[in-house]
Amino acid sequence: MAGNRRKKHHFSRIHAFSCGKTSFKGDHSLIGGPGFSRVVHCNDPESFEASVLNYSGNYVRTTKYTLATFFPKALFEQFRRVANVYFLICAILSFTPLSPYSAVSNVLPLVVVIGATMGKEVLEDWRRKKQDIEVNNRKVKVHCGEGAFDYTKWRDLKVGDVVKVEKDEFFPADLILLSSSYEEAICYVETTNLDGETNLKLKQALDATSNMHEDSNFQNFKAIIRCEDPNANLYTFVGSLELEEQQYPLTPQQLLLRDSKLRNTDCIYGAVIFTGRDTKVFQNSTGPPSKRSKVERRMDKIIYFLFGILVLMSFIGSIFFGIATREDLQDGKMKRWYLRPDDTTAYYDPKRAAVAAVLHFLTALMLYGYLIPISLYVSIEIVKILQSIFINQDLHMYYEETDKPARARTSNLNEELGQVDTILSDKTGTLTCNSMEFIKCSIAGTSYGRGVTEVERAMARRKGSPLEEEVTEEQEDKASIKGFNFEDERIMNGSWVNEPHADVIQKFLRLLAICHTALPEVDEENGKISYEAESPDEAAFVIAARELGFEFYERTQTSISVHELDPVTGTKVERSYSLLNVLEFSSSRKRMSVIVRSEEGTLLLLSKGADSVMFERLAENGREFEEQTKEHINEYADAGLRTLILAYRELDEKEYKQFNEEFTEAKNSVSADREELAEEIAEKIEKNLILLGATAVEDKLQNGVPECIDKLAQAGIKLWVLTGDKMETAINIGFACSLLRQGMRQVIISSETPESKTLEKSEDKSAAAAALKASVLHQLIRGKELLDSSNESLGPLALIIDGKSLTYALEDDVKDLFLELAIGCASVICCRSSPKQKALVTRLVKTKTSSTTLAIGDGANDVGMLQEADIGVGISGVEGMQAVMSSDIAIAQFRFLERLLLVHGHWCYRRISSMICYFFYKNIAFGFTLFFFEAYASFSGQPVYNDWFLSLYNVFFTSLPVIALGVFDQDVSARFCLKFAFPFVTVPSVIPRRCTEYPV
Amino acid sequence: MNSNAASSSTANPDAAGSPDPPAPRRSSKRPKYSKFTQQELPACKPILTPKWVILTFLVVGIAFVPIGITSLLASRDVVEIVDRYETDCIPVANRTDKVAFIQSNASKTCTRQITVTKHMKRPVYVYYQLDNFYQNHRRYVKSRNDEQLKKRSKTSETSQCEPEDTTPDGKPIVPCGLIAWSLFNDTYTFSRNKRQLTVNKNGIAWKSDRDHKFGKEVFPSNFQNGTLIGGAHLDESIPLSKQEDLIVWMRTAALPTFRKLYGKIEVDLEENDIIDVILENNYNTYSFSGKKKLVLSTTSWLGGKNDFLGIAYLTVGGLCFFLALSFTIVYLVKPRRLGDPSYLSWNRNPGGH
Repeated sequence: MAGNRRKKHHFSRIHAFSCGKTSFKGDHSLIGGPGFSRVVHCNDPESFEASVLNYSGNYVRTTKYTLATFFPKALFEQFRRVANVYFLICAILSFTPLSPYSAVSNVLPLVVVIGATMGKEVLEDWRRKKQDIEVNNRKVKVHCGEGAFDYTKWRDLKVGDVVKVEKDEFFPADLILLSSSYEEAICYVETTNLDGETNLKLKQALDATSNMHEDSNFQNFKAIIRCEDPNANLYTFVGSLELEEQQYPLTPQQLLLRDSKLRNTDCIYGAVIFTGRDTKVFQNSTGPPSKRSKVERRMDKIIYFLFGILVLMSFIGSIFFGIATREDLQDGKMKRWYLRPDDTTAYYDPKRAAVAAVLHFLTALMLYGYLIPISLYVSIEIVKILQSIFINQDLHMYYEETDKPARARTSNLNEELGQVDTILSDKTGTLTCNSMEFIKCSIAGTSYGRGVTEVERAMARRKGSPLEEEVTEEQEDKASIKGFNFEDERIMNGSWVNEPHADVIQKFLRLLAICHTALPEVDEENGKISYEAESPDEAAFVIAARELGFEFYERTQTSISVHELDPVTGTKVERSYSLLNVLEFSSSRKRMSVIVRSEEGTLLLLSKGADSVMFERLAENGREFEEQTKEHINEYADAGLRTLILAYRELDEKEYKQFNEEFTEAKNSVSADREELAEEIAEKIEKNLILLGATAVEDKLQNGVPECIDKLAQAGIKLWVLTGDKMETAINIGFACSLLRQGMRQVIISSETPESKTLEKSEDKSAAAAALKASVLHQLIRGKELLDSSNESLGPLALIIDGKSLTYALEDDVKDLFLELAIGCASVICCRSSPKQKALVTRLVKTKTSSTTLAIGDGANDVGMLQEADIGVGISGVEGMQAVMSSDIAIAQFRFLERLLLVHGHWCYRRISSMICYFFYKNIAFGFTLFFFEAYASFSGQPVYNDWFLSLYNVFFTSLPVIALGVFDQDVSARFCLKFAFPFVTVPSVIPRRCTEYPV
Repeated sequence: MNSNAASSSTANPDAAGSPDPPAPRRSSKRPKYSKFTQQELPACKPILTPKWVILTFLVVGIAFVPIGITSLLASRDVVEIVDRYETDCIPVANRTDKVAFIQSNASKTCTRQITVTKHMKRPVYVYYQLDNFYQNHRRYVKSRNDEQLKKRSKTSETSQCEPEDTTPDGKPIVPCGLIAWSLFNDTYTFSRNKRQLTVNKNGIAWKSDRDHKFGKEVFPSNFQNGTLIGGAHLDESIPLSKQEDLIVWMRTAALPTFRKLYGKIEVDLEENDIIDVILENNYNTYSFSGKKKLVLSTTSWLGGKNDFLGIAYLTVGGLCFFLALSFTIVYLVKPRRLGDPSYLSWNRNPGGH
């Protein structure tokens, strides 16, 4: 439907490094070797060669058990719990005369408890099974010979089948794209199910197969695909296609993954290469990580303790019993004659009182078994599931905009939320929205843009300045255009032509409109253009260009078309630039460039990139505005903005020709260092640039972040921010989100000092490293001294450390000092930290302080941290689903953390703790009466209660009140929880943390 | 009562939208609003203000003390005469080896005189009380067969009854088991002023036991025929349901000191009446040095003589009064503002966890 209204512009992305023209990459030499052994006979799955390979079918099973394995597997799971093993032994012994209770009454509770848990497993598995059945029975068109396609169930799909997938259908398996309804054999794919990204991905078939647009083309189609073995990597693929004795390389560009969806394309033809469990998405699926909460671990200890008491009681009982039994018959005289001690079984034999005592010990173990709460585990499980339902149902944690409620993926950790001591947070996308807004720019040494950033607002608030009013006014008319928050009459509405450097402004805006990889989407109803870009930064640029009069509206494989404002005539003209090369962005290059030919025939290299790489590439005559621009960039960074430098260069034909030759050759080379080679060549041409200016985009703070952080700080929770950003940006964001406050003394540990720079340049790498380490150590010690000497009046400390210093600070001999310092500080910010460092810091905090850590993040780079922490909270935001998939609890916004921790965490912790206490109380109170009675029954093992009453006591009579307590009890209402954020203090030796006191 | 109702449905400023549901959107994941799912159901939690605490203690005290006094009076009303006789009923010459005496065939008749201390209204219950007798021993408790006692057809059902299950030649003992075998066999006859006092032995066992647990058609057989005689013999012509002494005995006592009903005297006993008891001292409690007592007792609406309940009520009531009083004094002498956050544990010792 959407495709009918909208006109899609097709194009092929000219990827400079990752695909380019079809060429064999270095990896392709591995085909046929180990790990790359898969051979697929396309369109010929029934052939002898194919049948020899015997790849599994497309039937998928996500269930944990099958009919055959259910009982052994589920029972094994059950009896991994010590308590259950004990009860099993009791149940077996209850069939002997040892048992004080009747066998049935002893077995029944065990059966009920195990049955309930297994029932839960069955239910969960059945749900999965139903889903499997639905998926396996979906239909897809498969080539069945003679050029005819017919519907087949997904489960019957075989490796090598050629399938025809139509618009808005899911791909049934991993396919190699052969051709599509488009001439260029491209198709659009939505991968929301895989990575949560909503933008469409473009895939393109090989030229060799791209001309088969009809069903009948496949009548005699035969090809052999050789490729890598099934693996979990979604973004790589290496293979080759053999068609008519010709080898063609296959890349991820041709790979269509199962569970992604065909969009905006009428139909595609594809060859099945991975089926069922071999598909990338299945190889990738891992269950939620299993973490156990501290309360549960402590509960185990209490159970062991109770076992101890149980054994002790039994021991005492059997001693008394042994003595009494021996005295019953002395010198042939019967004492308690009514027991007939002269004629007994071994259990009461006075002549062998020791044996009787040992046997009685076993009896007593069963007798006092009611000390161990048999239904505790299952009750806790029920309670936790119900608690997570409450978390999932909470309207206050539902985010309207993305339609996402909170989701507790593991219910194990509910109560752990109430004990969180340290939060380790990512910045981008977690504290901030990750939606970029173009807010300022510096062109030709003049700064434009009157917008006020969040950080500036925060700074103004700190100084008590009157900026506040202005802000509220401005908020009225903005937000009309997402990603654009620019306000400056000097260049808006075409008035830039009257500015002093109008030509520079024109080039600047043109660069914004051309130098990107976004693709436009024209809404046919109103002619409005929206863009789909790889990153929000990029979208912000294109939108800014559009709003300032340079509307990018069409992209084809070889050209980019722009509506431009002509400064001379003042009218809009269409201009088209032929796109020659795209030198893509990469984290090592930190810049991207395009080479285009304008309508006049001039060759232009347009480039944008980070200041650190761009300034050194400027030509001598291009540094006209360098000083002012640098100044502006610093100002922007202070305001918490992300900056990029824009520069261009005109190329002459000869230079370009040489470059293009070299570049094409590099791209098509078959060596492993192909990319490096291409980079080197690109580097050669990206120099002698002429500076145009700089852009500044704001990464907006999410709603309510400062308030939330304030509240959490009140509750005594420490927040560490681990970010990949520059130190200045991180500090500014720290101020904006009230993590850093005026009056805090900052301890900055940095390896970016001038002396360390010189150290780095020195030849001797190891000496430099040692010196750097010494410098970090010195800074740490100084910080520690400050911490130790500090008194309250000087204000709290904030520690800011950069990634390089962190590397040294995390080394074994230094990390204790680092941790001590960091714990003493009220706020900690680690900037420029890598994903691995994030995980390491998390582990350090978790293991060394033995406090509960919570990691929160939204991107793939946070996965390590989320899995390392006691609780991983994923933000289901823009950066994809990777973080959510590896998290324990997913929320949509950072500010929901407040409610999650202070309300649900508080409640769940209290509930579970009081419930466990209640459980132990009722069982101990009950169990001890049995023991006391024994003292009056000469420890003979006679239970005081009826055995059925005993059995049902735990399972039925007393379980519901406890469960109700665990699910519903509120010591204070949500309002009070938030109003009086409780200090989260764990008292290690006591289970119910004191939280009975509360202000009225 | 101060109650602290759960936060009402006033929308939290953090709420992601207004409380009323938005226009129906296709497959919205928005949770549905209800007070239950949002955990906003009205709730209350009493807050223990001084007034409340004092009042509660006062009310409990006021309620408990009269109850205690009433129960104590009821218990005091009961007239109970206890006569311990196990030593006195052994001739002085035999007291060195009581067990030998009791196991001998010598005459064990013994007379006791009981003086009635206070007027006893009929019915006067006659109990025997044993001491140090473990009727609750697991071996003993199990040693019976309820099926056999109930049904004539199950006569040969003697499982659980070892070693008193069959005669040496394999005939089933009815009733089998140690409990029946050790049936109490002391007998008492009472007379006042040389005139016999009849002891009514009907209806001393539980009705349910007579009707449902002991069969009307089950007659004792092979009972006490073995080499070792435990306790009393049974009349083989009377069905078990009529053998009330046995039924009483077989309802085993929970504690080692217990009383069992022997019979009822259906006349009033006057103060200073002298009751002569002729006693057959047959039962062997000497091997395990247990006491034997004869008890005459009336009942009140609260049952037999037992001061515990009254004393417990009085103690708790008194304690409540005392607490109410001391709280009042504390409240008057040193009052403090309710809900003063400076008293919270984390405010009391700053910095210390």
